[in-house]
Amino acid sequence: MTDQDTHTTPQPHDDARDDRDGRRISGVDIELRDVVKKYPGQKAPAVQSLSLTVPAGEVVMFIGPSGCGKTTSLKMINRLIEPTSGTITIGGEDVRGRDADELRRTIGYVIQGGSLFPHMTVADNIAVVPKLLKWSKQEIAARTEELLDLVGLDPARYRDRYPRELSGGQQQRVGVARGLAADPPVVLMDEPFGAVDPITRQRLQDEMLGIQRELGKTIVCVTHDIDEAIKLGDRILIFSEGAHIEQYDTPENILAAPANDFVADFVGAGSTLKQLSLSRVNELRMGEWTTARQGDDAADAVRRAEAARQDCVVVLDERGRPVAWPWLRTLRRQQRIDVPRRDELVTLDRRATLNDALDTMLSSSHAAAIVTGDKDEYLGVVDFESVTQHIRAQEAAAAEATEAGGATEAGEAAGTGEARP
Amino acid sequence: MSAETLETTTGPPDHERRTSPDEESAPADRGARGWLARKSVSRETVAMLVVPPVLVALAFIGFLVWRQTAELDSVEANQLKWSTLSRLLVDHLQLTVVAAVIVVAVSLPLGIALTRGRVKRAAPLVVGIANAGQAAPSVGLIVLLFLWLGGGFWTAIIGLSLYGILPVLRNTITGIQAVDPTLVEAARGVGMTSTETLRKIELPLAVPVIMAGIRTSLVLIAGTASLACFIDAGGLGEVLQTGISLFRFSLMITGALLIALLALLIEWIGRLLELAYRPKGV
Repeated sequence: MTDQDTHTTPQPHDDARDDRDGRRISGVDIELRDVVKKYPGQKAPAVQSLSLTVPAGEVVMFIGPSGCGKTTSLKMINRLIEPTSGTITIGGEDVRGRDADELRRTIGYVIQGGSLFPHMTVADNIAVVPKLLKWSKQEIAARTEELLDLVGLDPARYRDRYPRELSGGQQQRVGVARGLAADPPVVLMDEPFGAVDPITRQRLQDEMLGIQRELGKTIVCVTHDIDEAIKLGDRILIFSEGAHIEQYDTPENILAAPANDFVADFVGAGSTLKQLSLSRVNELRMGEWTTARQGDDAADAVRRAEAARQDCVVVLDERGRPVAWPWLRTLRRQQRIDVPRRDELVTLDRRATLNDALDTMLSSSHAAAIVTGDKDEYLGVVDFESVTQHIRAQEAAAAEATEAGGATEAGEAAGTGEARP
Repeated sequence: MSAETLETTTGPPDHERRTSPDEESAPADRGARGWLARKSVSRETVAMLVVPPVLVALAFIGFLVWRQTAELDSVEANQLKWSTLSRLLVDHLQLTVVAAVIVVAVSLPLGIALTRGRVKRAAPLVVGIANAGQAAPSVGLIVLLFLWLGGGFWTAIIGLSLYGILPVLRNTITGIQAVDPTLVEAARGVGMTSTETLRKIELPLAVPVIMAGIRTSLVLIAGTASLACFIDAGGLGEVLQTGISLFRFSLMITGALLIALLALLIEWIGRLLELAYRPKGV
C-alpha cells in the first residue's frame, strides 16, 4: 500500500465521518458569506449578498425562475465565475486562497447531457481529472473500472467507446463518473438530468440517490424541475431574482409550510401530489404475487394464480429478475413456461418515488407495477391500493404530529441551515 | 409455429439485433470495418477519395499517349522534353510546398492567438486584412512584389504565401470558435488550464475545419504558382506561357492540363490528410 500513501490525491475516505443515521459522509461543508456578483454595465447585481451553508454530506438543490442567479451562484463555488465580493469556503478553506485550476480539480463538476469530450473514449473522459492530478496509469485504470461499475455500465463493454456511440442516458452516466473520478468531497451539478427523456431521468435520479447514499458527498445541484428538487434534495434553496433566498429548507417543510407567496407559487398547486415524491416505493406494503420461473410447469403456475385470484403471473429468470408478466390465457396454451423477454416490461426501482410508481401503474395494462431491488431482482408488486393505504397512514401520522405541537420539525430545520442572510 | 423457426427464417443475426437505445450494440459488429468505420466515413467521402486519382491517372495516361505519338515541331519538342517537364514540375512542387509550409507556420499560431483572451477583439481586423490580400488579383500582387524585390524563387514564395494565408487563418479561427462552448466550459470546470483546454479539447476538435483550410490553401497556391514564371521563378506556368507567346496550342493545352492535374492531385492529398487527422469519435 506504499504507493497508495505516497501519491498526492485527496483521500477523503480517511476522514470520512458518520452522521446521525450512521450514513457515511465523505463531503465537507460549503459556506458562502455575503457573496456578490456584479457584471459590468448591469444596474442590478446578478447575485446580491448571498449567504448560506451547505452542510457536509447533504444534497442541496438550487431552484428558481430562469435568470435568478442560481447557476451563477453554483459557478462561483468552483470559481468558473469570480465573485465580485464576499467569501466562499469549502471545508473551511477559502477558495480564493488557491489557484483556480487546482481548486477545480478537487471539485466534481457534472453538466447537462454529460458534456463529454467527443474525441475521447469513455475511459479517457473519466480519466481527465486523474490525469491532471498525475495519477499513475494503474490507478487511473482501476478507478475508471470502479466508476463505470458504480454508474452501472459494464467496463469491458463501454470503456473504449466514443460518446456518440452511447445513448443520452449512458452519456450522462459517464458524465457523473467523470465528476466523481478524483473522489472529490464536493460535487457541483448543473441541471445534470435535463437532457434525457423522462423514463431515463427517473432511473438516473434513482441511481444518483443510491450512489449518494454510498458516498455521502456534499452535492450542490441546479435544477429547474421542482419535482426533481423534491426527490433528490436533502434541502431545497428557492431563489428569486438577484439570488435572493426565498426559502431554504427540507422538501417536507417547503411543501408543508411555504415561507411566502413566491414559494407557494413556485412549488405550485397540488402539493399533496408533490408529497408523493417524498415517499419511496420500499415504504409501501408490497402485494404477494404468483411467481414462476422460465421452464416451470405452466399448469401448476396457473393453478396457483387462480387460487390467489390473480389473472397473471410474474415470470423470473434464473437470477430472480422479472422478465415478463403474462396473462393466464397465455400460459394455459403452454406446457412449460416459455415467454419471451419483454423489453417493454417496465419495472420500478425500490427507491423510486410514489409519483413515479403511480406514473408506471397508470401506463401499465395490469394497473400495478413490479418492484425490483439492487441487482434488478424481484421484490414484489405494488398497486393503487397500496399507495392510497400509505397516504392514509401518512395523513393520520401528520394529524397526530400537529396535535402534538409539530415543534420537532421546526426545531430541526433551524438547527441546520439558515433561511435568510 | 415455434419461435425458433421464425428466428431462423426472418430473425436478424444475433449481433445485429438492437432493442432499446439504452441497450448496447454488440462489440462484434465493429472492429471488422476498421478505423474507417470509427470515423463514420460517408459514401460521398469514399467517392471523393476514389474518383479524383482515377480521373487524374486517366487524363495523364491520355497525355502520355498523345505525347509519344503526336508529331511535334522543334519548338514544341524542346519545350515538351521529359527532362524540361520534370524540372518544371519539381519547380512547381517546390514553390507549392515551401509556400504552404510558411502559410501553415504563420497562420496557425496567428489564428490560435486571435481566439485567445484580449487579442480576440483583433480577429475581425486581421481577417479583414487577409481578405483584402486575397481579393487583390494574384498577378497584380506578384508583379508588385517583383517591382519591389526583384524576381526569383523567394519573391514568388512571398507572393504565394500572402495569397494562401487567408483560408488557413480564417478556418483556424472559425474552427476553434465553433467548438461547443459548453465543452470548453466543461474542460475549465474540471480543472484544465487555458492552455490544456486548447491543446486537449479545442485544437483536436477544430482539426477538421483547419485541415479543410489547409487543403483550400494548398490548391490555391498550386494554381497561383503557375504565375511564378512571369517573375523568373519557374514552374509549369512556363509551358503555358511559351505556348501563348509562340501560339502553340499543344503547349497551351499541355501546360493547362498538367497544372490542373497537379491541383486535383494536391486537393486529393489534402482530403487524405484531412481524414487521417480527423479525431476519432467525431
